[in-house]
Amino acid sequence: MEKFETLNALVCPLDRSNVDTDAIIPKQYLKSVKRTGFGPNLFDDWRYLDPGEPGMDHSRRRVNPDFVLNQPRYEGARILLARKNFGCGSSREHAVWALSNYGFRVVIAPSFADIFFNNSFKNGLLPLILDEAIVDQLFREAEATPGYRLTVDLQAQTVVTPSGASFPFQVDPFRRHCLLNGLDDIGLTLQHGEDIRAYEARRRTEAPWLF
Amino acid sequence: MTAKTLYDKLWDAHVVRTEEDGTALLYIDRHLVHEVTSPQAFEGLRLTGRKPWRSHSVVAVPDHNVPTRDRDQGIADPVSRTQVETLQQNVRHFGLTFFPMGDIRQGIVHVIGPEQGATLPGMTVVCGDSHTSTHGAFGALSMGIGTSEVEHVLATQCLLQKKMKSMLISVDGQVGPGVTAKDIVLAIIGEIGTAGGTGYAIEFGGDAIRALSMEGRMTVCNMAIEAGARAGMVAVDDTTIDYVKGRPFAPKGAYWHQAVAAWRELHSDPDARFDRVVHIDAASIEPQVTWGTSPEMVLPVSGKVPNPDEVTDEVKANGMRRALEYMGLTAGMPVSDITVDKIFIGSCTNARLEDIRAAAEVVKGRRVAGNVKLAMVVPGSGLVKQQAEAEGLDRIFLDAGFEWREPGCSMCLAMNADRLEPGERCASTSNRNFESRQGLGGRTHLVSPAMAAAAAVTGRFADVRELN
Repeated sequence: MEKFETLNALVCPLDRSNVDTDAIIPKQYLKSVKRTGFGPNLFDDWRYLDPGEPGMDHSRRRVNPDFVLNQPRYEGARILLARKNFGCGSSREHAVWALSNYGFRVVIAPSFADIFFNNSFKNGLLPLILDEAIVDQLFREAEATPGYRLTVDLQAQTVVTPSGASFPFQVDPFRRHCLLNGLDDIGLTLQHGEDIRAYEARRRTEAPWLF
Repeated sequence: MTAKTLYDKLWDAHVVRTEEDGTALLYIDRHLVHEVTSPQAFEGLRLTGRKPWRSHSVVAVPDHNVPTRDRDQGIADPVSRTQVETLQQNVRHFGLTFFPMGDIRQGIVHVIGPEQGATLPGMTVVCGDSHTSTHGAFGALSMGIGTSEVEHVLATQCLLQKKMKSMLISVDGQVGPGVTAKDIVLAIIGEIGTAGGTGYAIEFGGDAIRALSMEGRMTVCNMAIEAGARAGMVAVDDTTIDYVKGRPFAPKGAYWHQAVAAWRELHSDPDARFDRVVHIDAASIEPQVTWGTSPEMVLPVSGKVPNPDEVTDEVKANGMRRALEYMGLTAGMPVSDITVDKIFIGSCTNARLEDIRAAAEVVKGRRVAGNVKLAMVVPGSGLVKQQAEAEGLDRIFLDAGFEWREPGCSMCLAMNADRLEPGERCASTSNRNFESRQGLGGRTHLVSPAMAAAAAVTGRFADVRELN
């Protein structure tokens, strides 16, 4: 997993609440057996005016000029600013892959759906929770200021605006440690293989029908 | 000893170890696998030279991509076919239990797990699918996980997780006639909102939940995720134990008696404390119909489409305006005046035998209305289909003008050929009414099987209680 330490990047504001994972990556693209290549289809139904299918040349499709991601001022954005309950719905990790493949490394929102939140950490995408009032302020600033950038510092756990205002955020210590060091969960868990085997031995006597 | 919630008991029984910050390694008893969220996980195992920790715990089935007719011709879409074949190769390579297309036991993963007894009380159950919350109906801790976690569970038999908060939703009293488990859970989501359960494990209790069959409890727990909760659960009682008994994967002989004794403890202690308690009056619940593009946008069938101008929260009002425009509805319109183009009876929410019986009872002796272009029933599994046919339910649907299909996820998410065309309006027994969920530009209204059947025969959202 790619490490995350600090990021200074352009912000793209997506002013909708309850953005679901069907909207982030529509179902037809879930047929892929790979983890890559989802970037062109991030927010596919909103981003293009014509229907998309896997295997198409998406660069030739008609884009929706009104959709925020298609506006030239947000080209190259790596921080997505969103509203509450971002990533609700299906457990598809393809939603996180699509955001990452597109180039996003941070999503800022007042709240996230649990499974999406969890999936993000496994892929080096930082889902960052700030108070609704602060998110409101960031929306206003991002929309009013072309080239609006934020600095996200995971070590210090702060988001800093261009005017120097600094907002603290919290990330679970374990997740933060993994993200800062780009650690692979599975490798870490397997270091506790003895504990797992000991649990199994105990459980086998308590609940033998499970084995 | 401190009183424990059902969630506390399930959690405590599965903790392998806990980190300083409270992140626990939770042991997983049952891992259900389908073709969409597993290929990258199996690829990960191969690339790192890892093997499944306990292959015996895995049950795999293709469901999302499978066609619901002309199965003898295989899967026409080459991309879908590749995904199903990839699952087949992976289960063969790693030696996992598998119910392929064509096996009578094949069906929607959340229907076949309980049907086979692969889901048992007291288990931890995971699957790379958010509707894994379904299995909590058995007094199990069941959660949807992402593909990285699928790989993690395959490789380690554990999930890294922090304990969630606990919520009790008590549905007090009894529901009226014509009101089903689906209406109960839609009313709950309408009450607490799609993010109301975020960060919580929800236990559903109260007389109205106790009165439900296992199939009804599964419908309720299935949609816990639509209220934001990763896990939903119901305490074990005789209904649970009677359902499990004799199923292929259920314990037998002495193990059965030992298991039942342990399962009898799977309820919250009387004085257990929850972080949040919500009471719902069952008698006040009417048949429900969603009007918008989020499951919380729900109304009783006697209701009228709401007016965003009457909502003060501007973000919420804008969401409502967008939903009204997408759904092609106007504020103030009576729900029962909304006409439909297609009917879908199926999905992991409502494709079990009881659901099909309830719909058949309404359809019997009637015909699909002239304005309905397609009405289809997609049973949840081969065994559900077989039993329904043994009861003659297929004839009732076919005689009325319905199509009777092969089992799978089908038009719940339209990964196969079953889908809505742009602008088409569907009465659907599934779980999500998101934009384009059932097909690009399609308009979904979530309802119970009985209400979907009533919509089929009247061509609109008729109150099923007034049909008889």
